[in-house]
Amino acid sequence: MAALPRRIIKETQRLMQEPVPGISAVPDDSNARYFHVIVTGPEDSPFEGGLFKLELFLPEDYPMSAPKVRFITKIYHPNIDRLGRICLDILKDKWSPALQIRTVLLSIQALLSAPNPDDPLANDVAELWKVNESEAIRNAKEWTRRYAMDN
Amino acid sequence: MNVDDDTLYDDSGNETSGDDVDFVIDVDNASNKELHSYDDEYQYEVLSTDDIVQHMVDCIKEVNTVVQIPLTTTRILLNYFNWDKEKLMERFFDGNQDDLFKEAHVINPFKKVNAVKPKISNKLLGTEECDICFMVFPPTQMTGLECGHRFCYQCWNEYLTTKIMEEGVGQTIACAAHNCPILVDDQTAMRLLKDPRVKLKYQHLITNSFVECNRLLRWCPSPDCSFAIKVSYVEAKPVACRCGHVFCFACGENWHDPVRCGLLKKWQKKCDDDSETSNWIAANTKECPKCNATIEKDGGCNHMICKNQNCKADFCWVCLGPWEPHGSSWYNCNRYDEDEAKAARDAQEKSRAALQRYLFYCNRYMNHMQSLRFEHKLYASVKDKMEEMQQHNMSWIEVQFLKKAVDILCQCRQTLMYTYVFAYYLKKNNQSVIFEDNQKDLERATELLSEYLERDITQENLIDIKQKVQDKYRYCDGRRMALLDHVHEGYEKDWWVYSE
Ligand SMILES: [Zn+2]
Ligand SMILES: [Zn+2]
Ligand SMILES: [Zn+2]
Ligand SMILES: [Zn+2]
Ligand SMILES: [Zn+2]
Ligand SMILES: [Zn+2]
Repeated sequence: MAALPRRIIKETQRLMQEPVPGISAVPDDSNARYFHVIVTGPEDSPFEGGLFKLELFLPEDYPMSAPKVRFITKIYHPNIDRLGRICLDILKDKWSPALQIRTVLLSIQALLSAPNPDDPLANDVAELWKVNESEAIRNAKEWTRRYAMDN
Repeated sequence: MNVDDDTLYDDSGNETSGDDVDFVIDVDNASNKELHSYDDEYQYEVLSTDDIVQHMVDCIKEVNTVVQIPLTTTRILLNYFNWDKEKLMERFFDGNQDDLFKEAHVINPFKKVNAVKPKISNKLLGTEECDICFMVFPPTQMTGLECGHRFCYQCWNEYLTTKIMEEGVGQTIACAAHNCPILVDDQTAMRLLKDPRVKLKYQHLITNSFVECNRLLRWCPSPDCSFAIKVSYVEAKPVACRCGHVFCFACGENWHDPVRCGLLKKWQKKCDDDSETSNWIAANTKECPKCNATIEKDGGCNHMICKNQNCKADFCWVCLGPWEPHGSSWYNCNRYDEDEAKAARDAQEKSRAALQRYLFYCNRYMNHMQSLRFEHKLYASVKDKMEEMQQHNMSWIEVQFLKKAVDILCQCRQTLMYTYVFAYYLKKNNQSVIFEDNQKDLERATELLSEYLERDITQENLIDIKQKVQDKYRYCDGRRMALLDHVHEGYEKDWWVYSE
């Protein structure tokens, strides 16, 4: 594998030195472009108390193209589909090479605090979120308890 | 622009040549432009890629004599207004300029404020850190747009290259900083890009968006043709490209007189939706008598149950009446003449008739289109004939009538093809009857000419051919003109009423 760009080395160092509160991102032992991520469910959200596992991969042309991020832990959220793919503008057309792993993870944490059912990826979840928010939140809490609290 | 171009636009010594004396040149169009027209009425220019670039530069300069802002800013503003100079001027002088620049995603050149201060990484050395590669550089190796976001040259080059080559963005590349809408102007992009291939692609993207945005320009739709047509006002008129292709300026389709652009578009959409399936549907399906869903017979049993889950009507395939009274006669229908069943069949007949009608027009339209595709074959065989005649002491000029005959045949086919689109949507009235007579005449004359050119011509002696061919094509052309004139008159006098 080609030598790791200085940008990735530095970014990883900084991430280790000043971690983001509520988020841990650790590079894989055998692949420095692959990160094991754990995000804690934000307070006052239906995901509170849960620990959500994600995987984050820096593609060959990072930072010119965005990191690939996916939830591994099942989550009931209008902008996250069954495969854990995330609907977030900065991961797509709003990506800028001046953004970092840190900013991406912060945005994902913010997405957990403020779901956006008008820009949905999981249509059935978004639908319920719009027509019956309290039931949707009940489901989200139930999923959090069932899938994100055991370990 | 290279050195050669200077001589191209240098008109200074020409005053004594006399050629241009009574030719009124307005300052901006002093370049050697040549006006064409296909029907002696609608004038246009054919532009090469270089002409397009020159035209773009002229547009920018023209606006700049009035608004006096940096040329690159003018280009971004013009692009924002789809290269409509008047609209830009209007907003520039009548509206809020601050809002205008913000909307167009450029910094207001009249007030340079709130640019981001560069991040000084080491106060002593005055070095800056690049937010993309995390390397530290002296300020001279960092650069950015008016917004103040600075990155190193290497990162800019990579960023622009990704946008251009991977995403195909040209005119609207924003600053590399997150959430900064300020656009990269073309001079900066050309300065920062290194690879000549990327530069070339970038220039293509810029000219392409210039042509696509500009109402008065249109690329020739012929594949592999890189000319564009420039007009001074938009109208549904034929224009002929330097490559030979003739098309409608307003919609870009092949020239389609007598039908108008909108109706043709509607027709093409209908054909795309229907053509594959409609023949099969006609032969193998019926519509549910209750909900009109299309039902396919898939077995021997005549007891049909509608597939539409909201309908599920039970009916008989043979008589289309409700199934219930058929009782247990599963394979036979003896109720064909009952009233209820008759009414259902009448309704079916109606929708069948609509389909038949469509197929009638569609088939004729397709036939002429198909025949047109073989025109090159006919040109080739006529060319042989012309050579043969030249060997029999006829001059080159004298045998041109044969090529002319094929030209006219093709024109007639093309006109006929589009008359079927027109006719399909036309509601019947006195004038539509006249139109259909004209159509029939033209169709008959065209087929006669076609048959003669393809077959009969070989049996004639050379002396007779000329007279016969000329008579036939003159008649065809006359019929074509009569038909078109009649339709045009109808447009003027509002005769035509459309269905659907
Ligand atoms: Zn850099
Ligand atoms: Zn910026
Ligand atoms: Zn062309
Ligand atoms: Zn048209
Ligand atoms: Zn039905
Ligand atoms: Zn029956």
